[in-house]
Amino acid sequence: MSRYDQGGFYDELFGGNGNTAPHAALIRERLAALDFADIHRRSEDAARELYNLGITFLIYSEQEAEDRILPFDVIPRVLSAAEWRRIEAGVVQRVTALNLFLRDIYHDRKIIKDGVIPEDLVLGNSNYRPQMIGLKVPFDTYIHILGVDLVRDGEGVFRVLEDNGRVPSGVSYVVENRHMMQRVFPDLMQNLGIRPVDNYGSKLLQAVSEIAPSNLKDPRVVLLSPGSYNSAYFEHIFLAREMGVPLVEGSDLVVIDDRVYMKTTNGLAQVDSIYRRIGDDFLDPRAFNSDSLLGVPGILEAYRKGNVALANAIGTGVADDKAVYCYVPRMIKYYLGEEALLPNVQTNICREAEGLQYTLDHLAELVVKPVGEAGGYGITLGPLATKAELEDCRTKLLADPSNYISQPMVPLSVCPTLAESAVEPRHVDLRPFVVTGRNTWVLPGGLTRVAMRRGTFIVNSSQGGGSKDTWVLEDDAP
Amino acid sequence: MNNLLARYAENIFWMARYMERAENLARILDVHETFSRDVHGFKNWHTIVRLNGDDKAFYGRYQTATAESVVRFYVLDSQNPTSIIFAVRAARENARVLRPWISTEMWAQINVFHNTMQTLTSADVSLPNISRVCGKIKEACQNHTGITEGTFYRDEGWYFYLLGKFIERADQATRLLDIGFNTLTGSTEGSNASQDFVQSHALLRSVAGYHAFRRVYPRGMTPAAIAGFILYNESFPRSVVLCVREINAVLTRLKSRYKLRGGNAAMERIDEIMAALNSRTIEQVIEDGLHDYLDLLQVRLSAVTSELSRSFFGYQPPEVSQQQEA
Repeated sequence: MSRYDQGGFYDELFGGNGNTAPHAALIRERLAALDFADIHRRSEDAARELYNLGITFLIYSEQEAEDRILPFDVIPRVLSAAEWRRIEAGVVQRVTALNLFLRDIYHDRKIIKDGVIPEDLVLGNSNYRPQMIGLKVPFDTYIHILGVDLVRDGEGVFRVLEDNGRVPSGVSYVVENRHMMQRVFPDLMQNLGIRPVDNYGSKLLQAVSEIAPSNLKDPRVVLLSPGSYNSAYFEHIFLAREMGVPLVEGSDLVVIDDRVYMKTTNGLAQVDSIYRRIGDDFLDPRAFNSDSLLGVPGILEAYRKGNVALANAIGTGVADDKAVYCYVPRMIKYYLGEEALLPNVQTNICREAEGLQYTLDHLAELVVKPVGEAGGYGITLGPLATKAELEDCRTKLLADPSNYISQPMVPLSVCPTLAESAVEPRHVDLRPFVVTGRNTWVLPGGLTRVAMRRGTFIVNSSQGGGSKDTWVLEDDAP
Repeated sequence: MNNLLARYAENIFWMARYMERAENLARILDVHETFSRDVHGFKNWHTIVRLNGDDKAFYGRYQTATAESVVRFYVLDSQNPTSIIFAVRAARENARVLRPWISTEMWAQINVFHNTMQTLTSADVSLPNISRVCGKIKEACQNHTGITEGTFYRDEGWYFYLLGKFIERADQATRLLDIGFNTLTGSTEGSNASQDFVQSHALLRSVAGYHAFRRVYPRGMTPAAIAGFILYNESFPRSVVLCVREINAVLTRLKSRYKLRGGNAAMERIDEIMAALNSRTIEQVIEDGLHDYLDLLQVRLSAVTSELSRSFFGYQPPEVSQQQEA
């Protein structure tokens, strides 16, 4: 650690911009006292254990599917209690506004009438579901599970990069990473007062139970998965286990008279509430994508009749759209009369002439993202792109401007990370998980994703990114 | 009461079957290598191929039944649905689906076992190493049994686990007896007698029954006594009758404790098997033809599985599963 150089970026353990990250002083000290070879050995133990436990995700290339572990970096990212309070308040504010927005656009559409957000951006959005118009959902909660992608800029300010309000994933790694740290680095964690993360499953079950129809005391809850070939299947297993509910696939469920039943060894048993890990498009072949073999025919009607609850609700994709994202700070102002506690990254909307022109003029400085993609696919990083890549991006932009937004390249914060021969800085982001039923609860910390290669800003697991344990301290030393 | 997801019941049943199968295959190979050599040192590896009814599949891929080819076929050949590697992979695929349901230790052990099997090479299963590898496989399966006994939550799923295990074990016992019995000549004198002794020994060893048999029959070791022991002994954990009694008890338990409505048809099939097991002495059975008798038992055991699929695994008419009957 003695030759560690954070390279001008804000550092999660060393601070920056005048902040010396005093909350991490003790951890820095403990890390410095560890022998490099020892850290390496423990890191290898952890990787082997993850593989043996099958904590893996499937990655698809061409025609092959490969079982891989998400690279796990053993050096934690540490947030002070004060930092976390700001983040927590910020994401609670955000989910509140997004839920109000969803209720609004499926009912009175006041925000459109008041001209805060363009009508076609909402009603013309491919993720807007007319089937949801006028439908009342319990507690007006649409997004029961929200993952907010945060990045920390050069000044150390957390900014929202995007919202994941459909089927956010990654929470299983938060819990498993913690278990792994407790096994391989108990000495590092001792007496620090790190806030626990193990109760995610019970909080989630509580929220999904609360939204079940008609005050059932003990509603039957299931987790609906697309099946073992889904890349996030491990997470489905993990969550079903943590919630103590059956992990079902579409073929395990059947709809009769607008009620959903599960096939058991003793015939059919009614299901009251479903945590679904299948996107809207594949949920009900009768209503949406008729080619889907993953879903449950007739489930939409059962849902609309109020006979079964779904988390997340149908039609939330319009709220986490990358173009709608630009309007979230205004949504917060509109519904809550507050300023956004967590600012967005400045964003140019290419569907608007001004945004397109600016993007074209500054292509080499900007990150250009397709609005419909997830997982880091289709992104062009201007400052790192070759001439040919920039030209290719320009062509695509001009062909279909409304499919793109652009943002300045945020100099993501770094965190000390175990590399081949030394501890080196690597860029990180943070995805806190927000669970809402009757009330909202935020898992302390969230998923810290880390770009394992030197210099790269792309942290997505599909692009070789890994993850770290994220520690939120209970108290900051006075 | 919350009943078990039908698909889970099916996965548990097959996970148990495949692990039991892997163990039995390892036993057969191990014992064969160690004991079944005649006075000239010749090992009749073709026997194993016949035992599994794999003549066609085997000779489609290999010219002769040597130790190398047979062991490769039954240990490493993932294309062969009766190989150990196939059984372990199938067990692991079922376990993978069951991860929210089974204990973490059960899953991790099967996963590691599977990963280890994937790294085996032809050199690992060459003649001098066969016994060691088979021993390791057997141990891994017994590890699984122990971990399951000590960690698997005893609800409905446990009973489906037992059903799979005992159906497979009974089935394997009949196959083993079928082929093992034919190698016995019944001679009491000369070189045939000493070969008989070696073969009897091997047969009993492959069901881990040698010592138990000796306890019951301290003085004699006739082929009929061995066959009778493997079929009818009430206390031997791998005998057909004991397995069938266990299946019957489990089905009764599923009805009484978990109020499962299905299962009557499977119980009727079990009654038929019990009747067949009780109707004749081993001498009569041998006289009328042991092979046909064992064949009948296999067909009826397979009928039990079909009834289980119909009653418990599908809710709707059985997609008679893609999983492999032996």
